[in-house]
Amino acid sequence: MHAPADPAPLPGDRRHPGWIAWALLAPMVFWLAAFVVVPAAILLVYSFCERDEVGGVVFRFTLENYQRVFDPVYLRIFARSIGYAALTTAICVVVGYPVAYTIARASEVWRHRLLLLVMVPFWTSFLIRTYAWITILKQEGLLNGFLQAMHAGGGPFNLLYTPAAVVIGLVYAYLPFMILPIYGSAEKLDNSLIEAAYDLGAGPVRAFSAVIVPLTMPGIAAGTLLVFVPAIGMFAITDLMGGAKVPMIGNVIQNQFLQARNWPFGAALGVVFMLMFVVTYGLLQRRGARLAG
Amino acid sequence: MIEIRGVTKRFGSFTAVDNLSLSVRAGEFLTLLGPSGCGKTTLLRLLAGFEMPDEGVILLDGQDVSHLPPYRRSVNQVFQSYALFPHLSVRDNVGFGLRMQNVPAPEAAARVAEALEMVSLREQADRLPHQLSGGQRQRVALARAIVCRPKVLLLDEPLSALDAKLRHNMQLELKHLQRRLGLTFVFVTHDQEEALTMSDRIAIIHRGRIEQLGAAGEIYHRPRTPFAADFIGQANLLQVAVVGRNGTTARVRVGGGLELTVASAELPAGARTALVSIRPEKICISKQRLDTENLFEATIEEEIFQGATDQLRLVTTQGTRLHALVANESAMQEAFHEGDRVYCGLHLDDLVIVQAE
Repeated sequence: MHAPADPAPLPGDRRHPGWIAWALLAPMVFWLAAFVVVPAAILLVYSFCERDEVGGVVFRFTLENYQRVFDPVYLRIFARSIGYAALTTAICVVVGYPVAYTIARASEVWRHRLLLLVMVPFWTSFLIRTYAWITILKQEGLLNGFLQAMHAGGGPFNLLYTPAAVVIGLVYAYLPFMILPIYGSAEKLDNSLIEAAYDLGAGPVRAFSAVIVPLTMPGIAAGTLLVFVPAIGMFAITDLMGGAKVPMIGNVIQNQFLQARNWPFGAALGVVFMLMFVVTYGLLQRRGARLAG
Repeated sequence: MIEIRGVTKRFGSFTAVDNLSLSVRAGEFLTLLGPSGCGKTTLLRLLAGFEMPDEGVILLDGQDVSHLPPYRRSVNQVFQSYALFPHLSVRDNVGFGLRMQNVPAPEAAARVAEALEMVSLREQADRLPHQLSGGQRQRVALARAIVCRPKVLLLDEPLSALDAKLRHNMQLELKHLQRRLGLTFVFVTHDQEEALTMSDRIAIIHRGRIEQLGAAGEIYHRPRTPFAADFIGQANLLQVAVVGRNGTTARVRVGGGLELTVASAELPAGARTALVSIRPEKICISKQRLDTENLFEATIEEEIFQGATDQLRLVTTQGTRLHALVANESAMQEAFHEGDRVYCGLHLDDLVIVQAE
């Protein structure tokens, strides 16, 4: 065989955007500058400032805030937040993957119907949905009522205001953010690749682990990012369903700004939190780039 | 090698494969040829195990595999779109099947190297599929299937994505490889030229059934049904009335009055009408009278230049229209032009009866 070795076309022969492109991008650039760059800059500046007795920010340089961030008390809270977020992410992957994969493989009509079902919760306010969970989980709530009606021994169980309730709440809130990106990559998966795996002797399990998972990895990575990072910072669910008994980093930051009125310290926590996000994102991107070749 | 017995496959109310029987011999290159939607791909998928038959059995080497999943059958397929794993290098793609079959790593590595050598891709072993050209991907797909040493290799229109020239090269390479390795190939295509070039035998599939099965030359020269005559190559199909028999020959008349002599062996006794197929290149055209059973005069209505050949549209003095193909020969030979009156000769064997009532 002596066909010439055609090199693959080089990607990205892209020109610089012209003025029309910039004009079209302007609203987004403005939005990002006003609501992301500027606030982040303010946060960064505040985090190096001192605070006066009444909670005002005094513009005098100090590293004290950052020293406090690395106090074991806060490190433990960081660690706990990461632990809860990691557990939430893991459950979302395990629960969300089969759902996303099934939707992606369904007929077109069913695909649209099922996707709609995934998105239905977004039609109601997030807080209202969280309160709904409270009525389900509380001592005289739906779940306990159901268990008692079924004469399941023990009960009523103390479900609300436990770590389990927090994880339930987090999984519930973030599951769609895991399902949608995995759906996105599973939907693009060429069925003949799965057939090729079977054809070459891979049973269902090995076809899944050797072909399907690697090829949907970009979706899993995106879903992980969309679930893990916000879950670390979530404070409403931990407040409402955890009974504020186990503070997360989000609760602490919220407290520093709204109750303790220590903005510089809150800002320092926020900056560290953002850095964690950037590092996680960077790692996932590197992995994604490797997968994409 | 493969024995297909009375296999039927339905999708809803559509019968894709209809009570079809076929046996594939060891070491042969069998082509399933037919238009899209004729059931040829479904038949291949039944052999691969991607579909299960509703009725009938498929035997592979005497073993009933009708309901075995693809990963339990020692057949491998080359997919139309190649279906290379985009996240694996060429080497890992080719080695995938061996890994799944738990072939020990040193043996697998040696077999992968050998397969890559065979398709001249040793230097591309570490590339990813998207870094290869279409022809190279095709060869990876081939190596990936062959390295598993399947009893039968299934090929689903593997050349349809290549440009004409590369495609022609690959046809010859594939045929060469099949002969050298002594493999059994079942090849699906809708391209009759490809089928004629490569196959030992061709099965023409039409509406889920085998229309005709035979060697390439036999299929081309002696089509047995109007569909087979029309689908393979070009054919002038003429509706004729039988007007007389004379021992080994019979006289038939075309609508406008043109009378032709055919071999009567293929004309059942008592047949009154028939459909005669004439290949365009079999019509012998000359400005001089020809000494043959069938000689008639015609006018060239239109001449279409096709490179190596000229397509002529003829109309006989009786008004019968015919297509003829003449070689664009050297300047020493006669040239034909629109409006010329010519003699047309046809040998007895070149009139093939494809239907008679």
